[in-house]
Amino acid sequence: MSYLSIVALIPLAAVVVKSLDNGADSFWNAISSPQAVAALKLTLIASVVVVVINAIAGTLVAWVLVRDDFPGKGIVNSLIDLPFALPTIVAGLTLLAFYGPDSPVGVNVAYTRVSVAMALLFVTLPFVVRAVQPVLLELDREMEQAAESLGASRITVFRRIILPNLAPAIIAGAGLAFARAIGEFGSLVLITGNLPFKTEAASYFIFSRVESDDPAGAAAVSVVLLVVALVVLLAFGWLSKKALRHEE
Amino acid sequence: MRSKYALRFLALGYLALLLGIPVALVFVNAFQDGVGAAWAAVTTPEAQHAFYLTLVMVAVAVPLNTIFGVLCALAVVRQRFRGRALLNALVDLPFAVSPVVVGLAMLLVYGRRDGWVGDWFADQGIQIIFSTPGMILATMFVSLPFVVREVIPVLREIGTEQEQAAATLGAGSLQTFFRVTLPAIRWGVAYGVVLTTARALGEFGAVSIVSGKLSGQTETATLFVENRFQRFDETGAYAASVVLALLALVTLLAMNLIKPKEAQG
Repeated sequence: MSYLSIVALIPLAAVVVKSLDNGADSFWNAISSPQAVAALKLTLIASVVVVVINAIAGTLVAWVLVRDDFPGKGIVNSLIDLPFALPTIVAGLTLLAFYGPDSPVGVNVAYTRVSVAMALLFVTLPFVVRAVQPVLLELDREMEQAAESLGASRITVFRRIILPNLAPAIIAGAGLAFARAIGEFGSLVLITGNLPFKTEAASYFIFSRVESDDPAGAAAVSVVLLVVALVVLLAFGWLSKKALRHEE
Repeated sequence: MRSKYALRFLALGYLALLLGIPVALVFVNAFQDGVGAAWAAVTTPEAQHAFYLTLVMVAVAVPLNTIFGVLCALAVVRQRFRGRALLNALVDLPFAVSPVVVGLAMLLVYGRRDGWVGDWFADQGIQIIFSTPGMILATMFVSLPFVVREVIPVLREIGTEQEQAAATLGAGSLQTFFRVTLPAIRWGVAYGVVLTTARALGEFGAVSIVSGKLSGQTETATLFVENRFQRFDETGAYAASVVLALLALVTLLAMNLIKPKEAQG
């Protein structure tokens, strides 16, 4: 417990204390400055977009990995975890190589908001896939067969049987992906250009506040991010539990 | 059946565009000026020092977090005390915190001017921020939860019967731990260690704030990649990235080797 305190809890407490160093007014000023608001807005909107895409694409990928069979499936399956294992700065450079100014296919999204979403998609890819996969493996196929024999179309089977069973896992994975997305830093640095009011995410705004010697301002925005992350994790946990009960 | 192929095409296409092709391109770019140039770029004194420093981070943070992880998992699963649920929840906190916030937090505790205890350490002649100890602390923070998270479910799974049997046969608690508990959880610990190592190797945001980025002094491998790229040394950035990407692939390999063993127990 004391190890946890020294390594994690006391430092986090220091951030909260620092953010209120100069009173509630300066806290409010720090987080309501136009640049801070723009950065927070970009981070939140990009994270929502990314999580929605992730929920759909992640479920699709998990589906193909569980129900389909093709040569090289094992390798594809292990590569899903690559974004977890790859350092984030390398992830950013990776995307920049293919989607940057020197793109071999002529697609250049560097320094645009698309690049923010792209980097976040990359680093959060495994969450939904890895949450859905085990549930899909365990799912009883008899239910689906029964529904089909009673004349349900494949879309109905998916909507009425498969999706409700997967929902808790999709939501849980999406919650983790969201928490990761709002804090992401390393993969954004190189590809987004960090242009204030355009592609500067909240994490980079905090970084730039620290660099320009404004730790109190940095701490204030940090507290906002911390609170959002905790609320999101609690909310998604609650939603996931609710979906689980609904199914029983 | 057509829809089956459509789904497969969609899923694999998505993965290829987001993951496969870009990562492959890093390898191509690293060797665009030949293997010799790439090799030269990652063997400069700065590059060597950066990789050495990253290894130091891993060598300190991983063992400490592993010991803490096993003890913490034991406390959460096997003991009854007030605040047990709280401890269980707090351990996950580093997952929810942005690396940049971690860096700032370290600065505010251990920094010389802003920090709570930075002055005291400075008086003892110990500099934490802008030097190795601070970077190690930041790395420990971000990689804290992995071992705990992997070991807790295994401990729950194995139950206490064998431990109780050992205790009734006269084994002390240390002996029980090393002869009964540890062998049973070893694959869970191993999996956690692999994840911790991967995270420690790749940490960028927190270390970036805490280190002060002094080239050849407090520059880790990930900071080296950024530095090279900002200085338009693309071969250097891509070559160092290839080294890190290879380490990531080794990590994946280790995960795949350990996972089935963990499932068997």
